[in-house]
Amino acid sequence: MTETAPQAPPARSAAGRPAPATRAPRPGGPGPRRPARLLRRGTPYLFLLVPLVLLVGLTYLPVANMVWYSFTDWDGLDKTKTYVGLDNYVDVFTQPRNVQVFKVSLYYFVASFAQMGLALYFATVLSARLRFRSMWKGILFFPYLINGVAIGLIFLDFLRPDGGLDTTLRAVGLQSLIHQWTGDPAIVNYTLASVSVWRYLGLNFVMFLGAIQSIPADIYEAAEIDGAGRWAQFRWIILPSIRPIVSLSFILAISGSLSVFEIPFIMTNGGNGSETFVIRAVKLAFNLEKVGLASAMAVVLLLVVLLVSWVQRRLVPDEGVDIA
Amino acid sequence: MTRVRTGSVLARGGVYASLVLATVVVVLPIAIVVLGAFKTDQEYLTSQPLDPPADWSNVSNFVTAFRDGEMVSGFLNTAVVLALAVTGTVLIGAGAAYAIDRFRFAGRSAVLVAFLVATLVPGVTTQVATFQIINGLGLYNTIWAGVLLFAGTDIVSIYIFWQFMRSIPRALDEAATLDGAGHLRIFFRIILPNLKPAIATVVIIKGIAIYNEFYIPYLYMPDHKTIATSLFAFKGPFGSQWEVICAGIVIILVPTLVAFLALQRWIYNGFTSGATK
Repeated sequence: MTETAPQAPPARSAAGRPAPATRAPRPGGPGPRRPARLLRRGTPYLFLLVPLVLLVGLTYLPVANMVWYSFTDWDGLDKTKTYVGLDNYVDVFTQPRNVQVFKVSLYYFVASFAQMGLALYFATVLSARLRFRSMWKGILFFPYLINGVAIGLIFLDFLRPDGGLDTTLRAVGLQSLIHQWTGDPAIVNYTLASVSVWRYLGLNFVMFLGAIQSIPADIYEAAEIDGAGRWAQFRWIILPSIRPIVSLSFILAISGSLSVFEIPFIMTNGGNGSETFVIRAVKLAFNLEKVGLASAMAVVLLLVVLLVSWVQRRLVPDEGVDIA
Repeated sequence: MTRVRTGSVLARGGVYASLVLATVVVVLPIAIVVLGAFKTDQEYLTSQPLDPPADWSNVSNFVTAFRDGEMVSGFLNTAVVLALAVTGTVLIGAGAAYAIDRFRFAGRSAVLVAFLVATLVPGVTTQVATFQIINGLGLYNTIWAGVLLFAGTDIVSIYIFWQFMRSIPRALDEAATLDGAGHLRIFFRIILPNLKPAIATVVIIKGIAIYNEFYIPYLYMPDHKTIATSLFAFKGPFGSQWEVICAGIVIILVPTLVAFLALQRWIYNGFTSGATK
């Protein structure tokens, strides 16, 4: 700790700098002055000690180690790690099984657009006066709160052959649509991406609804006096004022679709061509003992996320995002 | 005039129809599981998914799920991890926010940048290397792995506390300092009590997140199952007994539903404020 503190603690303005020894002790000040001053200057560091140790130990150290592992052929157990240069990165982008996971994430990426469209529709509809508004809101949001394992199992039951979905389709005369929902490689990623929409729609919806409801009511009143219909109100009032949160969600969809894990892991364990980026990395690291290659995948994922965040910060002005 | 009104009536009808359809899509899969949980194994195989169970008082699946499915220890482990991790999150987050908001010290902006950059690192990407650290600390397969990871990697909470702390008047701290209170005393007697709304938000978001977390207990605490991993383990022994799995799902859903109905407003506010940070 040097004496270069830019500003003294707010409570005692002069205490940050070495005080001349002649200064009179303040009334009510704690104990002998020198230890007190040291203590005071040390206080923020004491409060930050645990948070910073955890931050470094559980976030920065793993990232640094991961970058190092990604240039080695480490199996996770061996004492020695051999440097292999960019071999792992070449494998990430050339081995067919690894390339496949990028394709799988496209299903979730496209699905997240549908999810946002639906969320926007329901948020707009429920921002108006309707019967049972809070009930509809609760029903749409509740899936987001459900345990991911429970969701996976609920849908394994619902989508099994002759399960809930097949029975319902038959009842309404759509039996021609029946498929092996999780067993058919041509269908499975659509199925899993749809379950993902079922799970996460509620969060998008509630965030959009919050943004819409923060628009002052008199703007609508003025628009109504001017004869603007519901569509015009949506186009010219609602859409512009929630654009920041919508564009934030669009961009988060990219990193979100690469980080998909729970639903496909629980429902198919990545089988039938539904393996995602994270499932692949976890299997490589913990089942196939290829920590080096798994680390390279994780580094690629991290770089994509950082790039996306950077683009988002450039595109979306900061004040716009702060609508909560 | 009448044409406009018919149009808007139709639009209203369409809106309600879409809401009813969405309700069916949300409720139907859950309802089928609830029905299945009360069926006998024969009944589950022979009846239609939407048929009500023959005997609503048949709770044998719930008994099996609780007794053979490790759900009791699952709830206990979840409760212990949740209590410790949430307490840790609040103390760590409020402590860090107190230091950042109330003090000016060397390295303050470096600390801020370090926390900000860390929010960009999704935990799911670094598990390969985090695992080695937890293992190196000898915490693998103990509940402390979960506690440490839940409490130690939650930076959003620090931001929630920091934002809220700005609105607590500094005059309160200064008055307490004049009365001779030290910083620890100020933190526990003035800051923490005034942070109550923010603490409630963090406890709720964090509590739901830990209750639902699958990845961390699955990877780090295989022999100390939480409810999520104990339910996941149903896939093995009960793989052909879906009525028991259904009962397990219902057992996990009930606390979530109760919490949601009791804390609706807090939950909505918590997720909309936490999600945009």
